[in-house]
Amino acid sequence: MSDPVIQIRGLSVAYGNQLAVRDVSVDIPARQITAIIGPSGCGKTTLLRSMSRLIELVEGVRVWGQVLFHGQNIYDPRVDVTEIRKRIGLLAQRPFTLPMSIYENVAYGPHLHGLRKRKALDAIVEKELRAAGLWDEVKDRLHAPASALSVGQQQRLCLARGLAVEPEVLLCDEVTSALDPISGQRIEARLLELKTDYTIVLVTHVLRQARRLADYVIFMYMGELIEHGPANQVFHDPQEAKTRAYLKGEFY
Amino acid sequence: MGKHLEERFFLALMIASLAIVTGSLVFILTTVVVKGLPALNLAMVTQVPKGGYYLGKEGGILNAITGSLALAGGATLLSLALSLPVVLYLQLFARDSRFVYLVRLSLDVLWGIPSIVYGAFGFTLLLFLGLRASLLGGIMALAFLELPILVRAMEEVMIMVPFELKEASYALGATRLETALRVVVRQTLPGLLTALLLAFGRGIGDAASVLFTAGYTDRLPTSLLRPVASLPLAVFFQLGTPVPEVRERAYASALILTVIILVISLGTRLLARRFTRHVVR
Repeated sequence: MSDPVIQIRGLSVAYGNQLAVRDVSVDIPARQITAIIGPSGCGKTTLLRSMSRLIELVEGVRVWGQVLFHGQNIYDPRVDVTEIRKRIGLLAQRPFTLPMSIYENVAYGPHLHGLRKRKALDAIVEKELRAAGLWDEVKDRLHAPASALSVGQQQRLCLARGLAVEPEVLLCDEVTSALDPISGQRIEARLLELKTDYTIVLVTHVLRQARRLADYVIFMYMGELIEHGPANQVFHDPQEAKTRAYLKGEFY
Repeated sequence: MGKHLEERFFLALMIASLAIVTGSLVFILTTVVVKGLPALNLAMVTQVPKGGYYLGKEGGILNAITGSLALAGGATLLSLALSLPVVLYLQLFARDSRFVYLVRLSLDVLWGIPSIVYGAFGFTLLLFLGLRASLLGGIMALAFLELPILVRAMEEVMIMVPFELKEASYALGATRLETALRVVVRQTLPGLLTALLLAFGRGIGDAASVLFTAGYTDRLPTSLLRPVASLPLAVFFQLGTPVPEVRERAYASALILTVIILVISLGTRLLARRFTRHVVR
């Protein structure tokens, strides 16, 4: 197993008095796809959003424990949260394009972080739209509103937008569940390509998707981490009774 | 049979109230147009009154038109400058929901305060600052009058911004201020324009709050520190005279005021439609 990029240590997250993630410790391997699986409400999304402190946007949330990113605890008050979120990107379930043109959507992040040179921005926009597999469809209408794209195209635009700030880690939250099958396949193909350069953490409740994509698997149940390991091992030789039951489809 | 009758009865009631609502609008507009239109001529909108606005038979209401535009325009800008930070704070920074609730409650109370109270308050403020009735004083009183409208209307629009849209911006490493200015304001631009219009309309139509604070004059507005005329007060002062020519100026003022509000309302709608190009739904 390659060196972990993110190490989670004793992480618990509560909404008000409701504990959503309970004392989770796990390592996320670099340049692989890690799938977090488990039934609805098991804390998958909470765990995912804890990894870039996006969870803090939720009112009344409390976090205990540590998330180490290259050895540094991102919950340390001295850490610049915007820097963390720049290096650990998010692709959300439903694509939300920003209220601007296709071009500006991709350029938004780099521009935000100080890049003003038109040529450099042009280059980034083309590079990331190509990486997201959208360039050929939009190269003639870069300045059209992003909201005019189809949902599948919007999700790829969101991918390009996320890649444009050059993150190391990409957090993917059920990124195909709002898409039609063809668009979903396209996103999956992109993720498989991207894992050579990025560390990808994927939340999914589609087991087949996890089987198709994952190199490493984390199984959560009722806010607790039940089992984690290389995909082959978890899928073919699960150690825990709950994992076996879930993989057999005894509960969702 | 009974049900059928009941339905017809309430349908008739609904039609009656619809007729009252639209009927009164038509009635008011007709009165304003019928009385105002004959009074309207080139001199009316290009000249200031001659021989005093209260008695002079010659001249027009250019003093009131320009004065009102300056007052309401200035007040809306000042009010916007005060309220945008409040709105962004309430929407993006405020953590304590009880504090937010109190702020909203105070604004709603302010909204309900009669405008003569704003006028009296503005007058006291002017005395305190050592100023007299002037364009600046009127702008300040009207800005206070418009503030709660502007804040609450803009806030209503911003509440509608989906959480995921803000999250998308934060996830790219944007700060709250960057997210507010680059994403939230852009997303809500049509609504913000409508809020501005609402506030401007309230400001330009208000007589009581400018009565003490802006005063009245025959001259055009040239200085922030001198009194200005306004259309609502032009109606108020000139309608009560025995001189028919002066009363005509009052009717013309009422017509012009109505037309200004109509034009701005339609114009903002057109503008807002252009700005919806990028809005994410």
